[in-house]
Amino acid sequence: MAQQNDDTKNGMSRKDFVRNASLAAGGVFLSTFPAMGGQRNKSNEMLKIALIGCGGRGTGAANQALTADSGNQLVAMADAFRDRLDDCYETLSKRYGDTEQLNVPEDHKFTGFDAYKKAIQLADVVILATPPGFRPVHFEEAVNADKHVFMEKPLATDVPGIHKILEAGKLAEQKNLNVVVGLQRHYQNSYREVSKRVHGGEIGSIVGGQVYWNSDGVWVRPREDGQTEMEYQMRNWYYFNWLCGDHILEQHIHNIDVANWMIGEYPASAQGMGGREVRNGKEHGQIFDHHFVEFTYPSGAVIASQCRHQEGTMNRVSEFFQTTEGTIDTAGDRGIITSWDGETLYDHNADGDINPYQQEHNELFAAIRNGEVINDTERSAKSTLTAIMGRMATYSGDVISWEDAMNGSKKLVPDALSWDSEPPVTPDENGNYPVPVPGVTDVLT
Amino acid sequence: MFEARYVTLFFFLMFLSGNAFCQDFTPYEEQIPNSEQSIQMVPIEGGTFLMGSPKGEEGRDPDEGPQKKVKVDSFWMGKYEITWQQYDLFVKEKIQNVRNKVSSAEGEVEIEADAVSLPTPPYIDMSFGMGREGFPAINMTNYAAIMYAKWLTAQTGNFYRLPTEAEWEYACRAGNNTAYSFGDNPEAIGTYAWHKGNSERKYHQIGSKEPNGWGLYDMQGNVAEWTMDQYKEDYFELLEGSPADNPWFKPETLYPRSVRGGSWKDDPEELRCAEREGSEARWKQRDPQLPRSLWWLTDAPHVGFRLIRPENPPSEEEMEKYWIEAMEDI
Repeated sequence: MAQQNDDTKNGMSRKDFVRNASLAAGGVFLSTFPAMGGQRNKSNEMLKIALIGCGGRGTGAANQALTADSGNQLVAMADAFRDRLDDCYETLSKRYGDTEQLNVPEDHKFTGFDAYKKAIQLADVVILATPPGFRPVHFEEAVNADKHVFMEKPLATDVPGIHKILEAGKLAEQKNLNVVVGLQRHYQNSYREVSKRVHGGEIGSIVGGQVYWNSDGVWVRPREDGQTEMEYQMRNWYYFNWLCGDHILEQHIHNIDVANWMIGEYPASAQGMGGREVRNGKEHGQIFDHHFVEFTYPSGAVIASQCRHQEGTMNRVSEFFQTTEGTIDTAGDRGIITSWDGETLYDHNADGDINPYQQEHNELFAAIRNGEVINDTERSAKSTLTAIMGRMATYSGDVISWEDAMNGSKKLVPDALSWDSEPPVTPDENGNYPVPVPGVTDVLT
Repeated sequence: MFEARYVTLFFFLMFLSGNAFCQDFTPYEEQIPNSEQSIQMVPIEGGTFLMGSPKGEEGRDPDEGPQKKVKVDSFWMGKYEITWQQYDLFVKEKIQNVRNKVSSAEGEVEIEADAVSLPTPPYIDMSFGMGREGFPAINMTNYAAIMYAKWLTAQTGNFYRLPTEAEWEYACRAGNNTAYSFGDNPEAIGTYAWHKGNSERKYHQIGSKEPNGWGLYDMQGNVAEWTMDQYKEDYFELLEGSPADNPWFKPETLYPRSVRGGSWKDDPEELRCAEREGSEARWKQRDPQLPRSLWWLTDAPHVGFRLIRPENPPSEEEMEKYWIEAMEDI
């Protein structure tokens, strides 16, 4: 089973292979045979990896880490729940079961709220892929323990978490630790090529834009008999802000981050609106199903940001920018720059582009092996804060400045957690959770 | 984020209804129950044809021959590629509705309690901004396309499935032996097909070019179309008998499976009737999770499908064989 799905075997069709054979530059092979891209170099030491957060994305990230470099070995796993950990291990076993790359003995499998501490100690590189509410504490622990880090976006759900991330990021810099963040558009050719041209001044400066993550929404995990409230929220985490931060943060951060990246600044202020129109059941916790935010940048550029989780409505996940000289259009693997007189200045050809989720791991492990340093922390923390600022604007109905957001003291994530402790939000007698009310809700303190 | 929408698998029984009526072998419109959508079906009289391409054909690849005689039975084929509006009925379907709706005593087959699995919702926009109203559905896995056929069968009582490679090529050729359904000269292709040269990097509304000789639209170009075969490089060597009788290579592995017809991304020569392509793991490369989605490709905006319905529905056991099971993508 593992063999038939192997990327290396199937990375290129026979036909493509024949057609490309004559062009067989290293790049072609690197980009289509990710498993071969990561030969062990410099050091022959095994790099030991710990996976913290064993859901579908954590499993995917562990797979990419093991694919990036044949000298990488998964040695420890941690998750709040044993069944999630076991599913993850079983999935990885199908691919790596007969290799030395999967080496997680029973006593290196840790569960519960403190599991991360034990797993981090056993590794050289740590993958952080739990719900984002835990990220600041996990990242801090990893950096304190001198570990390199791959961590998923977003980096926090509240502002105190952002400060913790920024501090740990500085410490990582002092320690020459690598930190790669899963805002994978930064590792995707189409975005990189467009960014290079935008920052090279080929299309003037950005004056406005629109960024979108409008989709049908994500899973709901039903409450089960015998669950404590804490267990329920941990399973159905998408709908609780201390864990998820709302979908403007959890998903739409990608598009907001692209705006920050292309403009080269962070917004001076945000104002917007949002609510729960159709996804408003008890099982949907407290998050909104739509947000619309205007971000105004110091340069004067204004970005309209839309995100929506409503079935049966227009789907769109993309970014558009208008500049003094033309337009920029990015989505999927599209990257098009057009002048106002209609001339196509750049149109990205994505044939043979490497999977950006793979590329972020390839670059992380190459940097570790070669003694180079990548540190994505600051820009990723600031894009996380940008999305939080958008959420503050839609929840409160206020204009939120960057300084307001940065100085916000409202804390969503408690310091100490256990299965028996009360979560920071609880349902009322009817089972409904508190939902933000614009004009009423205080988001800063 | 491709979290599974776990659907209990119900045992399902399907039997040839005793009073199945025989439908005239003429064009008809299949109304999808409880919707405003219908699928237009065109009768394709069975026959024997020379499958594959001759050695001299411009753009030919070795997997297109040696040419062999192949016989296919009669079937109806979708006049158009399945659109988003037709596909989304399946994507947004709820399992309890399927079970309630399945009571068709009108059709040839009846599903008493069903085993239709339903897709997880996509977490990104699977049309990649290329349009939805009247545009072909894309980025579904081969398994998802097969489940769509099963769902439609459950809804209508008529047996639908993907075409085999042989059926697809037979229908594409529409009785001709030329590289394209309309002849050998790729210059004329703009009249019949959306391809790299005229598509402006996107798919187009179904039926906006001329049909082939048997009234089928967009067989060549627009979106490439799933078949129900495993892609075999040596397909023609594996064919048995002359003519080979309704050949089908049942998929035993997840990759590669066969798509036909070329797409808006391809050069004209890749739209030839004999052109063959196998699916690849990289069609799902931007799926961030593991196991990867059973339902969605993140990187195949050029792949869609159309359905066929055999004139004579197969036996119960045979139908079971066509509902290929999901294979985990790890």
